[in-house]
Amino acid sequence: MSHSAAIPGTGSDVVPIRRDPNHLGHHARGEGETRATGRGIGGPAPKRIVVAYGFWIFLLSDIVMFAAFFAAYAVLWGGTAGGPGPAELFDVTNVAIETVLLLFSSFACGIATLALDARRPFAFQAAMAATFLLGAGFLALELREFSDLFARDAGPTRSAFLSAFFTVVGCHGLHVTVGLLWLLTMMAQVFAKGFRPDILRRVMCFSLFWHALDIVWVAVFTVVYLMGSAA
Amino acid sequence: MSHTRDAHDRAHADLAPGEEYAHEEFGTGLRSYLIGLALALLLTAASFWVAQTKIMWVPAIPVALLTFAIAQMGVHLVFFLHLTSGPDNTNNIMALAFGVLIVFLLFGGSVWIMHHMNYNMMAPVEGGVRMPLQKGVPLQPEPQRGVPMQHGSGGHH
Repeated sequence: MSHSAAIPGTGSDVVPIRRDPNHLGHHARGEGETRATGRGIGGPAPKRIVVAYGFWIFLLSDIVMFAAFFAAYAVLWGGTAGGPGPAELFDVTNVAIETVLLLFSSFACGIATLALDARRPFAFQAAMAATFLLGAGFLALELREFSDLFARDAGPTRSAFLSAFFTVVGCHGLHVTVGLLWLLTMMAQVFAKGFRPDILRRVMCFSLFWHALDIVWVAVFTVVYLMGSAA
Repeated sequence: MSHTRDAHDRAHADLAPGEEYAHEEFGTGLRSYLIGLALALLLTAASFWVAQTKIMWVPAIPVALLTFAIAQMGVHLVFFLHLTSGPDNTNNIMALAFGVLIVFLLFGGSVWIMHHMNYNMMAPVEGGVRMPLQKGVPLQPEPQRGVPMQHGSGGHH
């Protein structure tokens, strides 16, 4: 028993615990006793945790890509080439409505995952439908803004500023479009296949994706719209 | 005893949506989402107000906007994505920290370097006033003044 110790207060039927010799992890101060999964004695992490981690890595790489586009915008927003600038092109009220729509869409997506946890199919489908409608409303407003800009001869070919603008905002809009298609797929899969573990993991990844898109939008409305038109 | 310990560890390990063993009553996690929604709405309103108000010192506005944005991202991470300091989330936190480092280097580095380059490549304009090329000022150096162009001589459109 020199390298192991039992959990205090447990019976002899409990498997002896091997202390972490390197004192890594959450209980770093000498207590390698945590029984959380994926932490030595806790055994391997559940597939759900591993899948979420992998998808989280993808989301972070996506965010790094967005950071490059944001950097391009921040560098080029003054390069209007004699054309219209941010202050005269952006409609802040429209952006505020878009922001609220996407935020409530993210919230509805959270409600959908709660319904999923409670295994309530009707509540899940209703919340996902609300998520879809709010997201589609966001996308409609964005497309209206884009077509308005094109009509005012302020397309992406007009200036470096507008190229950067359409790249950032368009890329986010493209993500939302893909997310909406994914959302419909998840509704269909839960409807057809029920609450299977693999389906639950897919919905979990979708909800991570949808919440991450809202985080990117926070950066969009701050850096692109508000800082662009305020400065 | 072993059961309660398990329950404690699981609660500590942040049950995110889709957990294999999660089968909870509807509304258990609702509070987190409601708090998150309220805070996010508050921060969004603050951002839009700061951008439009006339009572704030102008140079402070971008700083305030960035502060609100970072705070709102934190709210989203904690209340919507359920990022915690629990043992199941250690890897996620480490990956996030690395991601934040890369984003900071990429965005901050680009803005910093390009700002300096922009300054060094400004075209000489009459009256000694120098304007950045990026503001759309047409590049018209005045050869009669004999002012030598800066490096790169504005080959920057």
